[in-house]
Amino acid sequence: MATSTPAAAGKATIAIDPVTRIEGHLKAEVVVENGKVVDAHITGGMYRGFEAILQGRDPRDASQLVQRLCGVCPTSHSSCSALAQDAAFKVKVTENGRITRNLILGANYLQSHILHFYHLAALDYVKGPETAPFIPRFKAPDLRLSDDINKVGVDQYLEALEVRRIAHEMVALFGGRMPHVHGIVAGGTTEIPTKEKLTEYGARFLKVKEFIEKKYLPCVYTVGSVYKDLFKQGQGHKSCISFGVFPLDASGKKTLLKAGVYLNGKDGNFDPKQIKEYVKYSWFDDKTTGLPYDRGQTIPDVNKKGAYSFAKSPRYNDKPVEAGPLARMWITNPELSATGQQLLKEKFGLNAKKFRDIGVDLAFSIMGRHVARAEETLLVANAIVGWIKEIKPGGETWTKFELPASGEGLGLTEAPRGALLHFLRVADKKIGNYNIVPATVWNVNPRDDMGVRGPMEEALIGVEVKDIDNPVNVARLIRAFDP
Amino acid sequence: MSLNRRDFVKLCTGTVAGFGVSQMFHPAIRDALADTTNGGRPPVLWLSGQSCTGCSVSLLDTAHPTIADVLLKVISLNYHSTVMAGEGEVAVASIFDTVKANKGKFFLVMEGAVPTEAAGKYCIVAEYKHKEYTVAELLKMVAPEAAAVLAVGTCAAFGGIPAAKGSTTGAKSVSAFLKENKIATPVVNLSGCPPHPDWIVGTIVLALKLTQEKGLAAGLGEVVKILDADGRPNPFYGDNVHENCPHLQSYDGGKFCPSFTHKDGCRYELGCKGPGANCDSPKRKWNGGVNWCVENATCIGCTERDFPDGKSPFYSN
Repeated sequence: MATSTPAAAGKATIAIDPVTRIEGHLKAEVVVENGKVVDAHITGGMYRGFEAILQGRDPRDASQLVQRLCGVCPTSHSSCSALAQDAAFKVKVTENGRITRNLILGANYLQSHILHFYHLAALDYVKGPETAPFIPRFKAPDLRLSDDINKVGVDQYLEALEVRRIAHEMVALFGGRMPHVHGIVAGGTTEIPTKEKLTEYGARFLKVKEFIEKKYLPCVYTVGSVYKDLFKQGQGHKSCISFGVFPLDASGKKTLLKAGVYLNGKDGNFDPKQIKEYVKYSWFDDKTTGLPYDRGQTIPDVNKKGAYSFAKSPRYNDKPVEAGPLARMWITNPELSATGQQLLKEKFGLNAKKFRDIGVDLAFSIMGRHVARAEETLLVANAIVGWIKEIKPGGETWTKFELPASGEGLGLTEAPRGALLHFLRVADKKIGNYNIVPATVWNVNPRDDMGVRGPMEEALIGVEVKDIDNPVNVARLIRAFDP
Repeated sequence: MSLNRRDFVKLCTGTVAGFGVSQMFHPAIRDALADTTNGGRPPVLWLSGQSCTGCSVSLLDTAHPTIADVLLKVISLNYHSTVMAGEGEVAVASIFDTVKANKGKFFLVMEGAVPTEAAGKYCIVAEYKHKEYTVAELLKMVAPEAAAVLAVGTCAAFGGIPAAKGSTTGAKSVSAFLKENKIATPVVNLSGCPPHPDWIVGTIVLALKLTQEKGLAAGLGEVVKILDADGRPNPFYGDNVHENCPHLQSYDGGKFCPSFTHKDGCRYELGCKGPGANCDSPKRKWNGGVNWCVENATCIGCTERDFPDGKSPFYSN
């Protein structure tokens, strides 16, 4: 059971800390009334101070240091930092450099999404063996899979451990090692793909791709068909953002997963100038609230009254927007996989050809987020097929540059778990300012200065909690975001 | 433990074909790992402080034995917030229950640094019976009851990035934190940002083997004997990266790579920190042996006490 405080009026407050099977330290506090969540507060419980630590260092150190923000998606941080440095140093990356970066980042997308579904989220639906770390679990865990499907789930959990390890080998072939790659630097990448290395990469990739097509995708739809109610919960603000990722040409403007904003039911172009970070409810100095990304400051104020999180509240056009696979798939709206089209028809009676055909109500839900992630995994895998063909073995991947005395650069990419921004200002050849708006912070943030809940908080509203001692759906919703 | 002989030997020797086994590891580890034993899985509690979870993710990459074998055959991982099924109080109770039932007999793994400023509030990790716990508080409660503490990763071993210049959180290494709080539980440091999975699994298996054979105190005494001045197991950290680098001859001959993508020569002039770093990556390599840091770019010295400040700037012109 969770820490619960029943109250006379039929309301109960439930605290879950730690929310496990996520990266980092997160607490959820929800108020439940008549079997549903009516209010929610999400707390990010850890602060290290990367921005302050980066200050005054050689700007090139950043692509190494920032990776240590997240051991699951270090490649996204190094990519984002390298993009900011490329811009600040005015260096043009070669075509082979761009594609090699895509191969490194793409392989880690596969790794991260598989890890997320099987090793972080799956135990919400699949009953593991009766031994640690699969026990203890909730006394009434609401695990509904039939014995035979559950067995498939456990077998795939174990197989996925191997598959994600192989995906890490793909990353390491050009990244040097994983976690925390050496291969992504300002000016491109450090290793020219040889025919031999591409063959090694390709051989591993085929195994991973087969698992995605034959196991991961069908598994997500099958589990979803047993938990159909979870397609109707966790809708949130129904607004989302994507910065775009996997550049397809030298300009970087055309990306596999598109940049865009979906706000109040309308599509719009993405403009980074519309981003501001609010801190009224965060443990940061109030005088730093509402700053745009290029003037962002991070000054902790851990005893601030009313604050409840180390996450800031980034807003687009002053509105909360969710980020992650659902946002990217909604904005990109690609054709669904053949498996997806078939299973949506068979199990849900849905005629869906493209992602948006699922419909806004079903897509913006606990299960909708899992479906989006699984579909995106195959989309990225299919793109990798093309990049392997496109890359020129032996072609240069790195471009020389001079470290400028001053300059600034904005890096925009997408981590597997959401939109990622790094801003670098160089002064006297050192880091004068470095501002990071991390992916997960777009989702887990607290209320903004206007009092509006963050995307995950809002998505918790209406989530069913029939038994306050076993509030299974609360963390199911949280994990669906992959924080 | 029930791992087969092949896995044990692989674990010790790394994946480099033809490399002399005797150069790879200390006799104690060789003996421990060459013998298959059966026994109960000892309880392990894995706490994380100011971490990126990269050490845990690195551990997932263990190949010989696989992570499934580690979890199901070698240890009983009673608490690890990133992998365990339970959450909230269900999870936190597992910490207290394990400590109560296994006083002095369980192993504690700590990943990440311990922030001590602002009463430890820079890292809040749990709530139990309406009380909030910082990682510092939890460590103070749990560490004295553990048989030994494994400080996994450079943050836990030496403070790492959370304790680097510019930090305001009072981030400390596990050993410094325990010393300040007069907690005498032995600490083994497994530095690296992240550490190689073999270093983590190898050390755990060695400690389990020795304590099973010789009893807890004597077995841990044997483990302590193989630690270097920084508290790290010599079999993994005894060798200097530069001295064992395949490009050492190029260094001696003055043949240096002019850029990252030139691979024929030594990387010293690119900023490689190999001369000031110890670990067996040149021989063991990473991720199934497909690559390693210097082959791909340069060493940034991530296994060392002075990482990152003493190794910065990582790159030279």
